[in-house]
Amino acid sequence: MMSSSFNVFRVGISFVMMCIFYKSAVDALPELSPQKFFSTLQPGKATLAYFCQADSPSTSVFLEELNEAVKPLQDYGISVAKVNCVTEETSRYCGKEKDLMKAYLFRGNILLREFPTDTLFDVNAIIAHVLFALLFNEVKYINTLGDLQNIENALKGKTNIAFSYVRAIGTPEHRAVMEAAFVYGTTYQFVLTTEIAILESIGTEDIEYAHFYFFHCKPVSDLTQQCRRTLMEQPLTTLNIHRFIKTMEAPLLAEVAEDPQQVSTVHLQLGLPLVFIVSRQATYEADRTTAEWVAWRLLGKAGVLLLLRDSLEVDIPEHANVIFKRAEEGMPVEFLVLHDIDLIISRVESNTHMKETQEYEDNDMEGPDMDIQDDEVAETVYRDRKRQLPLELTVELTEETFNATVTASDSLVLFYAGWQAVSMAFLQSYVDVAVKLKGTSTLLLTRVNCADWSYVCTKQNVTDFPVVKMYKEGENPVSYAGMLGTEELLKFIQLNRISCPVNITSVQGAEEFLSGELYKDLITYSRVSVLGLFSPTMTTAKEEFTEAGKHLKGCVITGVYSEEDVLILSDKHAVTLPALLLARHQEGKIESIPLANAHVQDIVQIITNALLETFPEITVENLPTYLRLKKPLLILFSDGSINPQHKKAILTLVKEKHLDSLTPCWLNIKNTPVGRGILQVYFDALPPLPLLVVVNLHSGGQVFAFPSDQAVSEQNLLLWLKKVEAGLESPITILPAQEWKPPLPAYDFLSMMDAAASQHPPKKIPECMKETDVQENGEQPEEKSAIRNEPTGTLRIKHWSRSNWFGEAKKSFAYDNKEL
Amino acid sequence: MGLSAAAPLWGPLGLLLTVALHPALSLRSARAWAPRHHRDYCVLGAGPAGLQMAYFLQRAGRDYVVFERAPGPGSFFTRFPRHRKLLSINKRYTGKANAEFNLRHDWNSLLSHDPQLLFRHYSSAYFPDAGDMVRYLRDFADKLGLPVLYNTTIAHVTLNKDRRAWNGHYFILTDQKGQAYQCSVLLVATGLSVPNQVDFPGSEYVDGYESVSVDPEDFVGQNVLILGRGNSAFETAENILGVTNFIHMLSRSRVRLSWATHYVGDLRAINNGLLDTYQLKSLDGLLESDLTDLAIVKDRQGKFHITLKFFLEENNQSADAITLPQDESDNFAMRVAYDRVIRCLGWNFNFSIFSKSLRLSSGGEFSKKYPLVRASYESKGSRGLFVLGTASHSVDYRKSAGGFIHGFRYTVRAVHRLLEQRHHDVPWPSTQHPITQLASAIIRRVNEASGLYQMFSVLADVVLLKENATAFEYLEEFPMRMLAQLESITGRQARHGLFVINMEYGKNFSGPDKDVFFYDRSVGHTEDAWQSNFLHPVIYYYRHLPTEQEVRFRPADWPLPRPTAIHHIVEDFLTDWTAPVGHILPLRRFLENCLDTDLRSFYAESCFLFALTRQKLPPFCQQGYLRTQGLMGTESLRQHGVESGLLRDYAAVGWRPGDSGQQPGSQGPGRQPLAPGPPIQHFDGNKEEL
Repeated sequence: MMSSSFNVFRVGISFVMMCIFYKSAVDALPELSPQKFFSTLQPGKATLAYFCQADSPSTSVFLEELNEAVKPLQDYGISVAKVNCVTEETSRYCGKEKDLMKAYLFRGNILLREFPTDTLFDVNAIIAHVLFALLFNEVKYINTLGDLQNIENALKGKTNIAFSYVRAIGTPEHRAVMEAAFVYGTTYQFVLTTEIAILESIGTEDIEYAHFYFFHCKPVSDLTQQCRRTLMEQPLTTLNIHRFIKTMEAPLLAEVAEDPQQVSTVHLQLGLPLVFIVSRQATYEADRTTAEWVAWRLLGKAGVLLLLRDSLEVDIPEHANVIFKRAEEGMPVEFLVLHDIDLIISRVESNTHMKETQEYEDNDMEGPDMDIQDDEVAETVYRDRKRQLPLELTVELTEETFNATVTASDSLVLFYAGWQAVSMAFLQSYVDVAVKLKGTSTLLLTRVNCADWSYVCTKQNVTDFPVVKMYKEGENPVSYAGMLGTEELLKFIQLNRISCPVNITSVQGAEEFLSGELYKDLITYSRVSVLGLFSPTMTTAKEEFTEAGKHLKGCVITGVYSEEDVLILSDKHAVTLPALLLARHQEGKIESIPLANAHVQDIVQIITNALLETFPEITVENLPTYLRLKKPLLILFSDGSINPQHKKAILTLVKEKHLDSLTPCWLNIKNTPVGRGILQVYFDALPPLPLLVVVNLHSGGQVFAFPSDQAVSEQNLLLWLKKVEAGLESPITILPAQEWKPPLPAYDFLSMMDAAASQHPPKKIPECMKETDVQENGEQPEEKSAIRNEPTGTLRIKHWSRSNWFGEAKKSFAYDNKEL
Repeated sequence: MGLSAAAPLWGPLGLLLTVALHPALSLRSARAWAPRHHRDYCVLGAGPAGLQMAYFLQRAGRDYVVFERAPGPGSFFTRFPRHRKLLSINKRYTGKANAEFNLRHDWNSLLSHDPQLLFRHYSSAYFPDAGDMVRYLRDFADKLGLPVLYNTTIAHVTLNKDRRAWNGHYFILTDQKGQAYQCSVLLVATGLSVPNQVDFPGSEYVDGYESVSVDPEDFVGQNVLILGRGNSAFETAENILGVTNFIHMLSRSRVRLSWATHYVGDLRAINNGLLDTYQLKSLDGLLESDLTDLAIVKDRQGKFHITLKFFLEENNQSADAITLPQDESDNFAMRVAYDRVIRCLGWNFNFSIFSKSLRLSSGGEFSKKYPLVRASYESKGSRGLFVLGTASHSVDYRKSAGGFIHGFRYTVRAVHRLLEQRHHDVPWPSTQHPITQLASAIIRRVNEASGLYQMFSVLADVVLLKENATAFEYLEEFPMRMLAQLESITGRQARHGLFVINMEYGKNFSGPDKDVFFYDRSVGHTEDAWQSNFLHPVIYYYRHLPTEQEVRFRPADWPLPRPTAIHHIVEDFLTDWTAPVGHILPLRRFLENCLDTDLRSFYAESCFLFALTRQKLPPFCQQGYLRTQGLMGTESLRQHGVESGLLRDYAAVGWRPGDSGQQPGSQGPGRQPLAPGPPIQHFDGNKEEL
């Protein structure tokens, strides 16, 4: 990050300065003989030469560093050379011993300085020393406070001073100062010291490596007055000094009378915010004083402008007295009401602080953001939160109305919690049901928000959400156990209109029941009608059946016939009593099943199994009922309706009992588009549909595909299935058997607390934990927002701006370049 | 009984008559010397705590009785507070319908099933009158038919060892008439009834809070010194502030403001008018000194001078000659003479009626006024003796609300639950849930539970995981410091790990010297949640039930031993922890990582896809979809899902091989084994939306 932006700056300098100097295209360190070397020296041009013995090793730490310095020094018009001291051409610069070799700085052919190689310990030191020697006049080195005062006094009213302290000569900070001096040395007097005492005496606390001050001496007219000083708060780098000096050069306070959104100054280009002090004609003088004061306080941190509101055409909120404009492009200006100047300052400072940490975090950010919702139900419900549901079609029950309502009329009650995503998703389906039933049903559709009426829900034994219960007079409430969707719930409601089982009292009625005539409007919801046949004396068997009917309430139509003439029916269907008659309405078939000694659970099982089809179209809704069989699935994927021949082939195999170990089914991609997702998992390259596969879900997860070049015929299928069974076919894929692990890590608060307690960063930071989170502990309060608990929206926006800042920063450096 | 059974036999067999009569006679004569009135539970005191316990015993159908020395319930409130204003808020409106939530802001009601027995029906004052409390308690006892023996002063309580007794001994209570009662369990709810007096020379000149005049007229133009710095001291000062010359308040420690300590027993803002006038230079003032070093000297004019006990000991002279501090240090603060000295030093538990055999001793150095009890409120000295109500405050003195109605109504319930398990094999009430409901169950409680909220860091909810973490049991309001004994107290098993849900203030937020209004005191970011300052939910996860040792030697300032993992739900200005991303999402991630599973919810279509493309399904699909209870969703939700990138629009998918796009499948295991899936959303799309 830093190095790349520095590059930008350096190129900038080259552009301005290098036209004066001859710019060498050669980057490598040239190796010359002494004679050759001296012949290349040009008048006025500076050259750094390292004299070494010809037989010395060609690589050394110094040479490596020198090599690195070639390019940067060239940018300043300084050439670098390595001079090999061969014995024939002795030079006085060639030392006698290998380890006494030195580097020499020439201007033209005049020797300026000689450097023992150990002072040029790295590339920074090389550049710092060379520039220091060349800029002898531009950069005054001082030892005492008196020196500083003398310079200051001499320059009052004339020139501003760039004063810097560095810990030692040759440090990276020293280099940064020298590089800045190279550019600005003629504009400002640079003063440098390595004496910490000087810094202390001008009142700087917590001195670390380096400090850079700008002394505003030029405006000082009265010699007894001190020059104002502005401290650069950023670390001493070339770029920071450049930015800092740029802001020192900008006018302290500008007056504007235009839309703040449009105003741009050098500050914005340097990535600093703008603060507008809103002024009116009436208070102009006072505002200007305030603004100046603020401007001095924010010098180097933000641009301050006085906005003349009276002559402004754009609207500014009535009470806003400060406008804050961030450097990031596209950010809207913020209108603020601040009654304390310190608040303006802290606003700017916290903003810069935030930016720094964000930048840091940005670099550190690895992996996905834990604050991004990855729960599809929660996210979709959240996104849909603003939609108005026609809730008025369902009656909202309260603690006061609940009992009265459910006892007064047959009611369906949805128990939900307003904050729980799953129940809110289901509420939508529930409302859809209400829309469909509007005006047609006697059943009252009601709902209880358990977030409001907690005790009502607890009393009804509802502790999970969502729950649907049906309350009918004189009956125990029945919990709905079907799919949480409109269609399935509608079916449950419709089938609950009739009692379960229905008591049939005549043979005629029984025939109508079996033919579907009796409940014409219901047979769309129940493919099968079940009639229990009992002789009047079979009370136990009848009770068992009645009980089973209650279990299946809402799933299937059941009826019971136990009149004296029941034999008419049993004879007709050739079955002994007690018995079940299953009427499959679509196929127009009636099956009979004897029921001797069957208990409730057996009967329920018999009926549930009877509800299964032999070759069903598999859908999202019905898959679970077929998965219960725990058999491998034989699925025919079809794009549209099934090919009748394929269907026939499979049905034949079913009939011949070849498919007993499988659950044969087909999937219509048009009805169940998610089938495409499944096929994509099964096949790398998709052959055309239809496709026939065996999926062994419950043991092993192998998927076998019927060869697409074969016709789906009984023989081919049978042969293939036998091969599959015998293990002669290889699976096209094996379904993964991984457990479902947490999709993302959680915040490790325990480590953060430990870290805070021990004042040390934790030993192990979980992958997603940002290091800054841990380190910021101490200064946390500064970072937080002034507003208690921002709404989630703001929170998210913060993340957004955080991830975007990096890009914005780059842009601001691009401006930087232009500026130069 | 003996008589009536014997009657038919009278004629034929004279001998039998005497045999039958004998036990009846001996029973009558026995009354004078041996206790024969037995009760399983005896409750001492018909104040709020006693009545609260009576209510739970009544509902459970237990054999119990309540003793009350006064002619009606809540006798303390007939006299106290002297100035009749209760400090417990009677917040009648919260804008919420949730009755459980509303109890968070109702500090006066007792718990019952009858919504008419809520205090808001008894007073409309935010700080209600004590008389309303008396009326409320009378109604509570009457309407619920709680059997209270009024005008019965238990003068003496002893222990009678008996191996048949539940606890190896009976408690023998003797009333003022010498009537004795034998109790298996003794529930002491007698409150703090003895005024705290500090003995120093001149203490006889001091008016006690319990008897001082409450008529401001009696203080007109007087210099008043009040000893003590609690609510009663300030309440007394408040009453006479406008008529006195000045009031000085003296106590050992600095004033503790309840809004800084978050402890309702400290000085409440409603009483602190004197602080205002003190700091606004109005002659009133606060002073700190240890009362035991002081002495009060009365001069000839009947005025009181403050001096040091030390000076009195020096020279035994007449009142006028006694050295006063101002003789040596002429700017001594209390050098003026006072017309009145009032003692407002609080109350102590009445230990005097309990025999030594009960080993009911006073609490530690910091809670001398309370009897010593365990975190289960059972006396450390004798099993079966529980201390309830205000007197039980040693458990959470200066921390939580256990000394006040709005706190002890819950601890009483906890004690009752413990007793039900211990003596009647009724396990601690719990609800069973599938694991997919875990986040919901926790969110529900932290948003409405009043017991957790009022008794923060004392009572906590416990989630006991079932094997393989497919289901869990939810227990409410368990005394958290008894965690090690959870299995025996609740009768529930904690073999497979547990969560403890507590409410906490920030670690360094509360204290008499804390600036609770510091700038940027609130935490908004979920990743900083652990630094939350205001009361917020904290969830502890333990793989194993902590041992007693671990609980006892837990880290300082921690309510529980160090957990395997901890989660803070970030503080919320509205105490509404239902934000999908700010509150629920980080909680889910925490639970997922503790349980090492994926707790996301999925629409049926996703489950369908998983069912046919994976061997394992996430819990939500297993417990919902596979049991034919999948969530179908609606078209508009589907649309949002597609827009968010979390769902895929298969209908729109082109029919080309390799066009896999972003399928929900990539979120789970399988395609990216082990490593969690990459961020599933199109970042830009998602963020624009936000």
